[in-house]
Amino acid sequence: MTTTSPPTATTGAPPPSVPTARSPWRLVRAELRRRPAARVSLGVVALFALLAAAAPLIGPLGGWGPDEFDKSAVDPYLGGLPIGPLGGVSAEHWLGVEPVTGRDLFARVVHGAQVSLLIAFSATAIVVVAGTAAGIAAGYFGGRTDTVLSRLMDLTMSFPSLIFMIAMMSVARDVNRIVLMTAVIGLFGWPGIARIVRGQTLSLKHREYVDAARVGGSGPVRILVRDILPGVTGPVVAYTTLIVPGMIATEAALSYLGVGVRPPTPSWGQMIAESVAYYETDPLYFAVPSVCLFLTVLAFTLLGDALRDVLDPRGGGA
Amino acid sequence: MILYLGRRLLGVLGVLIAVAAVTFAVFHVLPSDPAAAACGKSCSTERLEAIRANMGLDTPLWRQFADFVTGIFTGRTLGTGQYALRCDFPCLGYSYENSQGVWDLLVDRLPVSASLAVGAAALWLLLGLSAGVTAALRKDTLTDRVLMVGAVAAASLPVYFTSVMLIYGLIRVTGLLPYPQYVPFGTDPLSWASNLLLPWLALALLYAAMYARQSRNSMIESMAEPYIRTARAKGLPRRTVVVKHGLRSGMTPILTIFGMDLGGLLAGAVITESIFGLPGIGRLFYGALSTGDQPVILGATLLAATFIVVANLAVDLLYAVVDPRVRY
Repeated sequence: MTTTSPPTATTGAPPPSVPTARSPWRLVRAELRRRPAARVSLGVVALFALLAAAAPLIGPLGGWGPDEFDKSAVDPYLGGLPIGPLGGVSAEHWLGVEPVTGRDLFARVVHGAQVSLLIAFSATAIVVVAGTAAGIAAGYFGGRTDTVLSRLMDLTMSFPSLIFMIAMMSVARDVNRIVLMTAVIGLFGWPGIARIVRGQTLSLKHREYVDAARVGGSGPVRILVRDILPGVTGPVVAYTTLIVPGMIATEAALSYLGVGVRPPTPSWGQMIAESVAYYETDPLYFAVPSVCLFLTVLAFTLLGDALRDVLDPRGGGA
Repeated sequence: MILYLGRRLLGVLGVLIAVAAVTFAVFHVLPSDPAAAACGKSCSTERLEAIRANMGLDTPLWRQFADFVTGIFTGRTLGTGQYALRCDFPCLGYSYENSQGVWDLLVDRLPVSASLAVGAAALWLLLGLSAGVTAALRKDTLTDRVLMVGAVAAASLPVYFTSVMLIYGLIRVTGLLPYPQYVPFGTDPLSWASNLLLPWLALALLYAAMYARQSRNSMIESMAEPYIRTARAKGLPRRTVVVKHGLRSGMTPILTIFGMDLGGLLAGAVITESIFGLPGIGRLFYGALSTGDQPVILGATLLAATFIVVANLAVDLLYAVVDPRVRY
């Protein structure tokens, strides 16, 4: 499908739309109805987002805090392996317990969701705001602004980002890990979206309605905000959804390597790192955080795909 | 062409100096004091000053950076007096930990990381492109959907999870493969490959999805072009039509991602190397972090950046080969 006009319908002043023209958000809903995979993904995303947002409320439902030790749930004679089948799953510990410490896995995975998703979402917010601003500025003003911003994008993209993130995380010692991690991950993500927005802006800036606004006496700021920005929201929303899984994975990778959030604060990557040694003796301990991470990343990717097909049909690409 | 190349090479140099400057600044603003670490516990002030001067840490930051950069191109002498140490081109300094030259350390480890990256890249191109082309030719069938969802699912698995599962399935349970141990290609190509197969597979599963999706999209687009119909009408074999006419025109975006991915991996896959115990640059870097070995960290970062910008340059030059319309 091809829409000839990008989502102009979201502008404050509605364009002279034909009654049959459907707004992109209606299209999104229709597409979600048509694709079961996208619908399930939306459900999974919503579930984990809810878990993360309400972690302080949901976590205690199991009766245990994320840092509470339960020595009675592990067997000291078996190297601290959980007592009972499936890594100690019981009415008391819904997803079993951690070996050695006996901390409740349900509580930890819920609080881990909070940390992981908080970092991923905040980093995404930084990336999207910075990337959109840079992309619009570069595309609309052109000339020197474009040169400088494009060079900066090239430079940022030339950084070996994961290596650099690991290095920055490991050298900074006495800082708030969550804030630092958000900043560091956000720092390297903006050029991707900036390029997309820049391209989109370039194609929008000589449209008639923009010319009309200019002739009508609108200043550059007004044009950028009222005319260009709504035109790029479609692709931005789609790519935002596609950025999130990368952010979650990056956070998990850093925490896995031990340079992310510090224990005892749980995060999925860190939980996986701790459980790797037990993958044979206590598979559920390894599986729980891994499956959470996998499902969240997969759901965001599938949802982002569906959104992109609707909101940026010609953007193509992978 | 020559002019273009010259301009691009200048650009590459600029980017590398900028990367070095940022890395340098970040790591020198930090509170750690390598001189104090080298001096040990019972350290007098004079001795600390001497060590600091010997390491070149007593000069202002910009001066240290200028020395570092000139050292790369011309070599330099580190330290003074009896501790003077000649460090030849390309000088990246000496490791604080074991006083080995950083350049030698990196060159030593490079074959491991490069073997890992190149093999994985070959594997993911093979997997990704064949999945993408197959899916495109069977668009909207069950095969298409299974392949594409499978690709996304594989890419959503974190590499440390895939690696552990592969180790479990292919080593522990079935014993099909040996536990990876690096064997140089020159010594025994066969055991080089069989040892690295597992890490290759782990990385390839992560990266292949992107290529599958991209090649599917461009195949669908290009197979609808009139020149494909012409090629078919001429009576060309289906294979030739698909590979030479269909796939080739969609190679440009694939090449772009490939350059970035390969460039990023050549200087070490930190997680994969750690899990499989491969002594590559990623492991070297990770080890240097825990000991605060700044010259090694800086050297490894710079090497990684070099690979990325050079790979991007190579890709831009290759565009002209893939797409005959591109001229520089």
